[in-house]
Amino acid sequence: MSTDSMFVHKMWVDHELSKMVGAGAIPFPMLSDGGGRVGSVYGVYDQDAGVDVRGRFIIDPDGVIQGFEVLTPPVGRNVAETLRQVQAFQVVRGSAGAQATPSGWRPGKAVLTPGPGLVGNVWQEWKVGMAFD
Amino acid sequence: MPKEQKVGCARPTGGVVGEAAPPEANQAAPAAAKEVRPMVQVGKKAPDFVAPCYYEGKFASVQLSEYLGKWVILCFYPGDFTFV
Repeated sequence: MSTDSMFVHKMWVDHELSKMVGAGAIPFPMLSDGGGRVGSVYGVYDQDAGVDVRGRFIIDPDGVIQGFEVLTPPVGRNVAETLRQVQAFQVVRGSAGAQATPSGWRPGKAVLTPGPGLVGNVWQEWKVGMAFD
Repeated sequence: MPKEQKVGCARPTGGVVGEAAPPEANQAAPAAAKEVRPMVQVGKKAPDFVAPCYYEGKFASVQLSEYLGKWVILCFYPGDFTFV
């Protein structure tokens, strides 16, 4: 979603994005936020510049925001990190909140099951090296 | 899911759904419009909205709440034809 019109989105696909990913290969709707009205409500509209800054929101199947990240324009996102976070939130949701994913978790790594027995014992279950890939 | 839209000469816009329209007073009082809005919060409902979109070669309109039941990644970016 940007403050560009959907007509500009079409021209961007036709003239540039199609050369990156192939024609007709954008798999999601490209949304238009005229006047930054939606960005304002999400807290990412920069009134001085008149644009939405680089905000990314993870919204769960109940419509609840589980995470967000907002960057100033010159630095791009890490798509793999976004997907990792979605996978982590899906694990938590799949366990109905019984499980938690510690720092550095990615699919295949151990999850934690919070409870009285884990208090003071995380050091036995999780090592600092696990924070890194 | 996205619904195809007839294209006229006007530039279509969307907006937030289920909340009062932004006060028109903002236009009369630009100083008030500069007020900092609170950021949305994790663990709270994502504000619903309707927005025009370009999708699969067509112009359409999409509402966030149509995606209830699915995981959604909503990305904002500064502009088409920019560099990052």
